[in-house]
Amino acid sequence: MDSSTDLLRIEDLSISFAIIGGPIRAVRHASLRVLPGKVTALVGESGSGKSVISQAVMGILPHTAHVHGRILFSDPATPGTTVDILQMPRDGREIRTLRGSRIGKIFQEPMTSLSPLHTIGNQVSEVLQIHTNEPAAKRKARTEEMLGLVGFSNPRRAYDMYPFELSGGMRQRAMIAMALICRPALLIADEPTTALDVTIQAQILQLLRELQTKLNMAMLLITHDLGVVANVADEVVVIYHGEIVEAGPVDAIFRHPGHPYLKGLMAAVPHFDLKPGQRLAAIREVPVNVENLLGKRKTPPPKGQDILLSVKDLSKTFTTRKSDWLGKEQKTTVRAVDGVSFDIKCGECLGLVGESGCGKTTVSKILMRALTSDSGSVVLNDDAGPIDVLAAQGAALRTLRTRIQMVFQDPVSSLSPRMTVQKILSEPLEIHERGNARSRLAMVKNLMQAIGLDQHFINRYPHSFSGGQRQRIGIARALALSPDLLICDEPVSALDVSVQAQILNLLKDLQKDLGLTYLFISHNLAVVDYMADRIAVMCRGRIVELAPREVLLRKPIHPYTRSLVAAVPFPDLDRRMDFKTLNLGGAADTSAWGPQFRDDGEDNALAPLDLGSGHFVLARRTTDIRELRP
Amino acid sequence: MLRYIIWRIAVMIPTLLIISALVFTIIELPPGDYFDSYIAELRAQGESVDSERIQLLRKEYGFDKPPVLRYFYWVGGMLHGDFGYSFEYDLPVRDVVGDRMWLTILVSFVTIVFTWIIAFPIGMYSATHQYSWGDYGLTLIGLLGLAIPNFMLALIMMYFANIWFGTSIGHLMDQKYLGEPMSWDKAKSVLEHIWIPVVIIGTGGTASMIRRLRANLLDELHKQYVTTARAKGLSPFRTLIKYPLRMSLNFFISDIGSILPAIISGAEITAIVLSLETTGPMLIKALQSQDMYLAGSFLMFLAFLTVIGVLISDLALALLDPRIRLQGGSTK
Repeated sequence: MDSSTDLLRIEDLSISFAIIGGPIRAVRHASLRVLPGKVTALVGESGSGKSVISQAVMGILPHTAHVHGRILFSDPATPGTTVDILQMPRDGREIRTLRGSRIGKIFQEPMTSLSPLHTIGNQVSEVLQIHTNEPAAKRKARTEEMLGLVGFSNPRRAYDMYPFELSGGMRQRAMIAMALICRPALLIADEPTTALDVTIQAQILQLLRELQTKLNMAMLLITHDLGVVANVADEVVVIYHGEIVEAGPVDAIFRHPGHPYLKGLMAAVPHFDLKPGQRLAAIREVPVNVENLLGKRKTPPPKGQDILLSVKDLSKTFTTRKSDWLGKEQKTTVRAVDGVSFDIKCGECLGLVGESGCGKTTVSKILMRALTSDSGSVVLNDDAGPIDVLAAQGAALRTLRTRIQMVFQDPVSSLSPRMTVQKILSEPLEIHERGNARSRLAMVKNLMQAIGLDQHFINRYPHSFSGGQRQRIGIARALALSPDLLICDEPVSALDVSVQAQILNLLKDLQKDLGLTYLFISHNLAVVDYMADRIAVMCRGRIVELAPREVLLRKPIHPYTRSLVAAVPFPDLDRRMDFKTLNLGGAADTSAWGPQFRDDGEDNALAPLDLGSGHFVLARRTTDIRELRP
Repeated sequence: MLRYIIWRIAVMIPTLLIISALVFTIIELPPGDYFDSYIAELRAQGESVDSERIQLLRKEYGFDKPPVLRYFYWVGGMLHGDFGYSFEYDLPVRDVVGDRMWLTILVSFVTIVFTWIIAFPIGMYSATHQYSWGDYGLTLIGLLGLAIPNFMLALIMMYFANIWFGTSIGHLMDQKYLGEPMSWDKAKSVLEHIWIPVVIIGTGGTASMIRRLRANLLDELHKQYVTTARAKGLSPFRTLIKYPLRMSLNFFISDIGSILPAIISGAEITAIVLSLETTGPMLIKALQSQDMYLAGSFLMFLAFLTVIGVLISDLALALLDPRIRLQGGSTK
């Protein structure tokens, strides 16, 4: 290969971190290239060393890192000159002139990567201030132009806004504006869409792709999402445990994956084409053994006959106050949950899908009695008779706690770092005074067996487990009281693809063996498709569509559901996302919906219409069902 | 925001009223009044007591009236600047305190500035060079400053000043200027003397501020937005000043509320050791001799400073941190 044609060439790069207990070799003899004007995707799990490589390119590695090898950067603005980034003094003038000006970077977390104390305009125009000698007025004009380019509808207003006043997607746009304002030759995007909703992800990907062609810029895209890769990348580099295992054009990689790790990764992603009953192939499958828990199993009525949980007209409003310097106070009332009704049948898995902020977590919190609803009723049909979930007090509430349990999103913060696995798992039993110390220990061991965790780990603390293992402990904790209903709030969204498959399979096995009922909340349609029997779609606090999963994902009626489905990136080259059909105002932008789906400010104008076979769509009462079919 | 400021100032009034009632009650709690201790003192010295004159004095100063009435006289007087009469000094409180109050404010102000000037660079250095020899050395010195009580430091410094220079470092000015009106020479004399109490009183505060600044900065230094700033090409020093330092200022601003009264009341023992012409020693003496108007005025002054300090820090926080200014609290 002629090095002059490559914008960025990484040759034989090794990075190790000196820590107590011997060095960690994060990257081993990695070589890769980025062509000018092309997108190279660097794919791998968390901890595989992909972010470390990107930090090395920017020269922002921590002090403890030791780097060997060469990182050659040939700036097309000055043809013929190639510089080795690793030879530059740390934080010196040379590397600083490259950063921000010739190489831009977008980070994963839009929530934390902007300073909360400085306005968007200040932070974006700072890049110009560092790298150009333009007067302040010109900088402001260029910043506003860039903010407009990345999709701020009112750049002048956005200039003076603070990051916390913006949503995650808008913050990421501001981040992109910051990275691109000096028109860099290379953009490093480190998981730019991982923290975002699918619809926002699609918009950001579209924006990146557009700007990349427009500015003829190369991009090093770091991601673990093969769907994103298939839709955006020109070349793919796969990294596994710090070593590059496969590299090549995107076609070759997707059509003929060679390395077993890559094949495993592809099989582990849930996608819409899974046949009913087909299992995901987790890279590291966990054996599940629930034999000792089976004694707890109740003989559930045949699947799908009895209604376990019935939710009717649930509503919850939040009031936020906002005041400015002159004391004008605005009270805004947000209807977080607005007339939500659904039933969960015994033994089924009901999926609840929606973008962040649509109210799905609020629903789960109301069901857990962590929030109090404004109106509505929730009834749980227990063996001993129905329990009014919203009104239960005292003994009834205690019983209720044993019937509904929850699996949380973040496996790190949902387990107490000061309790051992044994304490975590036996605490629910102690609270409900089940058995004695010995029987509790036996129960804890059974639970650990059920989630495939070695019993030797019983006295360990959560920090010594990986994210997937912690999530399994969280599941075991939820199972300790042998509940009927398990509410899983985004249980896999914080996990890697390979681990995600493992957790999903575990949940499926447990459901089958223990006769559990799930309310499965997620923003990932493919995951819900894999898990759920029926799916409810939530938008702005209302359920807009509810249908059996094969109907909902293949023949969606409601425009919101359709834009959600359209925004899912497939890890398949033949089914690239059609960026043109995406709703640019966001999927919840009602103005793009057909008139039959809008309430136009009227109260009580919409009602769920029955399309038969359990398919409900929220539409105007007067609408003819035939009109709804596209 | 304007409404918030007005509301905050309005809340100060009942706060100060409650404090004044508490102060008055506490001063009234010990049995007897100033005249009782005055009589006891005279008797102890074997002098005769003119009980008629005492009764007359009691009447004149309203001590024959019920405490509630006296409380309202006191509060009402304070509102138009009459803080009552010091029996000990036979002068109105205002005249007794006057000069000393300004000196106290001067010493406190210089001490605060000294603390900041020393603590900020050291804290920033310690945080950015964590676990280096410089960090350890400065930490050691800081901990020493924190551990040695101020009065002890004062005694040590006095001792060595006497041995090495043969001078006394006590007082805030040359004795000949005491009670003199302000003049150029007096100001110079004050400046010559002031640095010693400032260093002594400031050491403890400096050390603890270094520790807190270091801890706060260390929390911020590894945040994502710092990396973002570095990825823009901002130089390390300007990154430090603009982002993490600015973020870690919040703790420091909310500290102002407690710094004002602490420096004024906390320096009493040092002030006695160094025989400074500040208010600290006077407060202690007034409390001992039940000179109630003097003591009460002092306590009210401290309370007033606390309330003002908290107000200033709240407003400054709102000014500096847009999240506090713009984000309304949400109710659940």
